[in-house]
Amino acid sequence: MLEIRGICKSFGGVRASRDVTLTVPEGHITSLIGPNGSGKTTLFAQITGFLKPDAGSVHFLGEDITGMAPEAIARRGMVRTFQIVQPFTGQTVRENIAVGAHLHRASRADALARAEEVAHRVGLGDRLDLDAASLTVAGRKRLEVARALATDPKLILFDEVLAGLNPSEIRDVIPVIRDIRQSGITIFMIEHVMQAVMSLSEYSWVLNQGEVIAEGTPAEIVTDEKVIEAYLGKGMAKRIAERQGIHA
Amino acid sequence: MRQLVILAVVFAFIAAAPAIITSEFTQNVIIMVLYAALLGQAWNILGGYGGQFSFGHAAYFGTGAYTVAVLQVQLGVNPWIGLVIGALFSMAVAAFIGFATFRYGLRGSYFALVTLAFAEVLRILSNSVGFTGAGVGILIPLAPGAANMQFETKTGFFFLIWVLTLSSFLVVWWIGHSRFGASLAAVRDNEDAARALGVNAFRVKMGAIMLSGLFSGLAGIFYAQYFLYLDPYIAYGPAISVESLLVPIIGGMGTLFGPLLGAAALHVVSEATRELIGDVPGISLALYGALLVVMVMFMPRGLAGLLARLGVRRRAASGEMPRA
Repeated sequence: MLEIRGICKSFGGVRASRDVTLTVPEGHITSLIGPNGSGKTTLFAQITGFLKPDAGSVHFLGEDITGMAPEAIARRGMVRTFQIVQPFTGQTVRENIAVGAHLHRASRADALARAEEVAHRVGLGDRLDLDAASLTVAGRKRLEVARALATDPKLILFDEVLAGLNPSEIRDVIPVIRDIRQSGITIFMIEHVMQAVMSLSEYSWVLNQGEVIAEGTPAEIVTDEKVIEAYLGKGMAKRIAERQGIHA
Repeated sequence: MRQLVILAVVFAFIAAAPAIITSEFTQNVIIMVLYAALLGQAWNILGGYGGQFSFGHAAYFGTGAYTVAVLQVQLGVNPWIGLVIGALFSMAVAAFIGFATFRYGLRGSYFALVTLAFAEVLRILSNSVGFTGAGVGILIPLAPGAANMQFETKTGFFFLIWVLTLSSFLVVWWIGHSRFGASLAAVRDNEDAARALGVNAFRVKMGAIMLSGLFSGLAGIFYAQYFLYLDPYIAYGPAISVESLLVPIIGGMGTLFGPLLGAAALHVVSEATRELIGDVPGISLALYGALLVVMVMFMPRGLAGLLARLGVRRRAASGEMPRA
């Protein structure tokens, strides 16, 4: 569904993406993980048109979308959420979600009705008339999800929707994400919360210093030597293996 | 729907004014309030709903005013035709300025400064070319009659400005209840988030500046026909730009009725100072500056925001639940 071929991006001397090639298959939840500063959000920005890659291309549903404007990409059915939530403050939850709903709905009444429906789906049904600014962090994350969902996308890119939530809030949001996938929308998510990655995603790509260092099912990823070293430092994989050997 | 009913009632009430009020002075005040409301509503579309603060709305006002005047004086074109052409020219100037600024992503104070510069450039141009009458100004010959858009009584001008102002309010009501308005508010509140949801921010801002320019131009056309005299400073000077933004800021930016409240308040204040202090040169500008500071500091949501707050408090006192 989504194919990224050889994306490179540098900011001065920092190489944020180094020849990244990956694919996101239709109908699944794919995750993108990696330590802080490994270039995940930068990659998302390049996929959704907020940044133009220096080299390489992005293909969505067979079409080359490299360098297209974010709104043109959204119209084709791929939307993103933001890691740092970006509500339209001063507008109500309903109005916020309706902006997304308007993408394929010209009528205000239709968009507002759709907003209400989506709000119930993500658990904001009781806060429709509140100012978006008055929502808690968890509420704002749900709002990000709702706005994206209201555009009737084919593929949603979640940028750390679970970051900053407490364990009980995470437990509440996971079924929402699973429900989105059940409804036939493909999900590509950046996530730090390993509990979520393990329980939700079917396939993972691991970035480190702008490079893809591993791919596979979450179970494979967590035992991958390179991944452990990227997160915990050089030599850690070996030491963990040794320690497990002692205990065994 | 409720807003539309209030709008109809308010404008019907205003329409009854000339039948009741016979004093020319008071009729003139009502005409000037409606005119200021039109000017303010024009700015409100771009500034209040779109969050793009223009300091140069005189560019559109002056273009409308000069078009109708020059067409009459130089080419003998009827002002009613001039009104259509002038409105289109104002829109075209707005489209040009919008394209030049939004294409390159100018926002906030950069946008404000560039719009101010465009208005100043037009002022200097109109001061140096011949067909505008240059610094001497342009005088529209007196030719009373509705066919020449020069009404013999104040009532004629009253209904002209009433129709123009009402049309601007209807457009703004539509903005508040349409996809275009939702997109515009989204761009105002967070452009990146809006684009991520498929809003074409550039196109939306272009739409807003063109509508804004159209109504500013109509205000200019009305001004030209009402006073029959223009010079570069009147048409393209900063006073019009300041009045354009002051009216909605006082009344309440991004609200339908804000510009009407602001226009009325501004006229009450300026008439009162004229009574109290007399015609001291520059006093009105000093007063406008002070008002602007006070409003921005203490009432950022303007008079409309104050009314809404009072409404909530009254409903709360009478035991009703405020609407969130």
